[in-house]
Amino acid sequence: MSTSKDRPWLVRTYSGHSSARTSNELYRSNLAKGQTGLSVAFDLPTQTGYDPDHPLARGEVGKVGVPISHLDDMDVLFDQLPLDQMNTSMTINAVAPWMLALYIALAERRGIDPATLQGTTQNDIVKEYLSRGTHIFPPGPSLRLIVDTITYSVPNVPKWNPTNICSYHLQEAGATPVQELAYALSTAIMVLDAVRDSGQIPEADFPKVVSRLSFFVNAGIRFIEECCKMRAFTQMWDEITLERYGVKDAKQRRFRYGVQVNSLGLTESQPENNVQRIVLEMLAVVLSKDARARAVQLPAWNEALGLPRPWDQQWSLRIQQVMAFETDLLEYGDILTGSPVIEAKVQELMEGANAEIQRVAEQGGVLAGIESGYMKQVLVKSHAERLRAIETGELTIVGVNKFKETAESPLTQSGDGGIMKVDPAVEQQHIKAIQAHRANRDQDKVAIALNTLRDVAKSNDNIMPASIACAHAGVTTGEWAQTLRDVFGEYRAPTGIDISSSIGGDPERVAALRERVTATGSSLGRPIKLLVAKPGLDGHSNGAEQIAVKARELGMEVVYEGIRLTPQQIVAAAQEEGVHLVGLSVLSGSHTAMAEMVIDGLRAIDLGALPVTMGGIIPDDEHVALKQRGIAAIYTPKDSDLNIIMAEMIDLARVANQLDALGPL
Amino acid sequence: MQTAVSDLQALAAKLRLADRQAVAEALNLIDDQRPAARAKALELLAALEAERLANDGHLIGITGPPGAGKSSLLSTLIDYWCAKGLKVAVLAVDPSSPKTGGALLGDRLRMTGAGQHKNLFIRSLASRQQLGGLAAEVWPMSRILLAGYDIVLIETVGVGQSEVDVASMVDTTAYVVQPASGDSIQFIKSGIMEVPDIMVVNKADLGAPAIKAANDLHQVMRRSTQGSDWKIPVCTLSARDRQGIDALVNALEAHRAHLVSMQLLTAGRTAQQGAWAIRQLQEEFGNSGVARLGGAAAIARELDNQHDLGELLASYNARAEHLRASTKAWPT
Repeated sequence: MSTSKDRPWLVRTYSGHSSARTSNELYRSNLAKGQTGLSVAFDLPTQTGYDPDHPLARGEVGKVGVPISHLDDMDVLFDQLPLDQMNTSMTINAVAPWMLALYIALAERRGIDPATLQGTTQNDIVKEYLSRGTHIFPPGPSLRLIVDTITYSVPNVPKWNPTNICSYHLQEAGATPVQELAYALSTAIMVLDAVRDSGQIPEADFPKVVSRLSFFVNAGIRFIEECCKMRAFTQMWDEITLERYGVKDAKQRRFRYGVQVNSLGLTESQPENNVQRIVLEMLAVVLSKDARARAVQLPAWNEALGLPRPWDQQWSLRIQQVMAFETDLLEYGDILTGSPVIEAKVQELMEGANAEIQRVAEQGGVLAGIESGYMKQVLVKSHAERLRAIETGELTIVGVNKFKETAESPLTQSGDGGIMKVDPAVEQQHIKAIQAHRANRDQDKVAIALNTLRDVAKSNDNIMPASIACAHAGVTTGEWAQTLRDVFGEYRAPTGIDISSSIGGDPERVAALRERVTATGSSLGRPIKLLVAKPGLDGHSNGAEQIAVKARELGMEVVYEGIRLTPQQIVAAAQEEGVHLVGLSVLSGSHTAMAEMVIDGLRAIDLGALPVTMGGIIPDDEHVALKQRGIAAIYTPKDSDLNIIMAEMIDLARVANQLDALGPL
Repeated sequence: MQTAVSDLQALAAKLRLADRQAVAEALNLIDDQRPAARAKALELLAALEAERLANDGHLIGITGPPGAGKSSLLSTLIDYWCAKGLKVAVLAVDPSSPKTGGALLGDRLRMTGAGQHKNLFIRSLASRQQLGGLAAEVWPMSRILLAGYDIVLIETVGVGQSEVDVASMVDTTAYVVQPASGDSIQFIKSGIMEVPDIMVVNKADLGAPAIKAANDLHQVMRRSTQGSDWKIPVCTLSARDRQGIDALVNALEAHRAHLVSMQLLTAGRTAQQGAWAIRQLQEEFGNSGVARLGGAAAIARELDNQHDLGELLASYNARAEHLRASTKAWPT
């Protein structure tokens, strides 16, 4: 069989941290190593529309990505990078129109025709509500912003992918392949319907809109099934675009997707095993030519430990290059066509997904499914089922619940603990810089641009031209977002941890824990009351939600406050609710700042004796300092047994109330 | 937490000022089921300013089926009142799991003002009742809050017994439904017309279905309140768009004014105290214990004359003591 060799996918690395300058240097060095596309990671304040000097930004600036506050920052980020030759993917959602506006404005500043720009704004709000948590506005206005970005881009920036429908984060939140297929495709249908109904695109141009819609998919370790999932996506999208939208040209119906392989399955214990996981997961999305990814970015082996260093990212880059250039993968046509096993699996996934798409439609579509909490509940349930299976050993995770014996790893023995840390001084530098920026611009221009933006937001006009004008005027990310907050309001999505969620697990241990909870409640005079809270801007709520569900299941009364809380709000809640215990969850690297603010706040109102635990991605070498600062216990991805965590938390509540500890289970 | 008895007067004085630490401590005490704490809780209640509990503030119940948007309505109301400088306290009740006794208390999450207004205090509670009724602690907690706050809101999901329970604990009950959900039909069918003083149709932003739901309810309410002094209003509003809130606030104030003008506010609160005392007796000594005291109806008649909470608690204590003494031979 001799077909011409397939072109390799775009090779990317999701990266960015500290500052535009540092990130620019990182990008240029990555490109020099053979990376072919950029994938920009923004920090959480930028993603949620705050400038570095906003109170909610404290501890988060430059942590999980690069802070971009205005056009000059964007200029530095792409210094010496030719915009008309780059392919740039931006993981940006609630403020996607703004980041695209900055990118377009930068092209204009450099005299480059925006029509030559290539790349992607993620711009999918559904999975933010369901899993990732960087949403700002309510569903209606959020969808309008997505529609505006699309209807502006298709004629004006025709090679741009204005939205990247994500199933990635659904899998991270626990979705099964069927749920991933169903919710991603339902979201795509919602977006296309909304564009069609907006009347902003002439009917004849609608196939062009369809062809610009792209997807961002996850690939887990069950790589045969994942490969089938990709084939199912491809077939289902072909059917939907033909039947629902009447797209005649098969090229415009192609399922174009990028991939970041699974982070959920990466382990903190024996982290070197993550390398083979990453390789196998990648195989799923490049193996079959008919459903091959267009762009791939791989996590680093040490992602569950903290922020990867340049060398860790290089290792992942080299995995892609070995796959693309050393193996014979790209020399063949589709190697899975005709396999009855594969065909049957694809069929099964498609049937399941079609049924779930129907269920979502019957409930009034994706937005209704978000507002009612239905979709979130389904995901929380699936995730709880996964944890249960790990706990009982039905699901094997090497190095976690099986084959746990290990020699000491030389990889994590280096002085830096095997990860990179962002200099805490970065935040102060950015605060000074943003204040200087605001002081040194034409204030009249800014005021006019923001007034126009406000008027446009209130009208039905497209948000993009006014946003581009804001970019040129020197408006900041925080100002752009606040203007829209004032018009659209803010939204807190349902948490889905309703009465039906359950984790279960080993019945004997669960029963023993329940007894402890009941006995402790009698001794305390009332049931153990636990506050579960996520301080800061990090929206990854899965861990916090699982703790809340588990604690409730053991008989505790759990106050769950959801994401994006200030330390002051958490302290107030601890007092008002009269809790025995506070559990904080932080995955963004801002744990030290958050811990300090919560602990100090509690001490200031005489609640210093209240035990506070912390869960998240917290490097080992920081545990001692956090405990000295007053954190009672720390849980990381290594602590996969919720029962052990619960036994410890019960004892913390007991000891704080002068009761004897009951010890390990 | 060991509060000396002599400190209870000081604590009560702090509650009058809505001191956050004192309020939290007092609510913890009311919640504490240990015998020593229970005795102290009764003393604390007795130390509260009787005049205020009888005549001041506004106790409001907000109930209705799940998904009607009660929490977002509550946030909107909270913002409204806090902006006017009023002190607002909320008791948000969520159901306990009948199987495990555990509960997820998620209402703070949906109330955007939580932890942001300095005159706002929110305590979440588990219902702790098998049949969906309200925990007996809700009533004394509402007294603790009434001592210092202008408005005390009790939010419950209207399932099972809780909507009837809440109506028996507050001055004014608002029942919230959402359009196009069958809520209003269910409400009409369920025959719990005695529960609401005000009907609220939320999500007016849905348009026509909201108007239809309001019309349906209006007709039923007109019929069911024929001849009574209070005509139950139907407020159509959108908590999301913050539309129609003024009308609801006016209706709430009008209902309170109506109670005052009919001399029903104080009488109602006295009846709430009596109902709580009887319920406490029932929970501790069972229906047979209450029967030995002459039955619930007879106790209620006597307690109805005791406006003062201190006096009521004294007569409650006397009865409880009597029953404890007479049942000592049979350990429970």
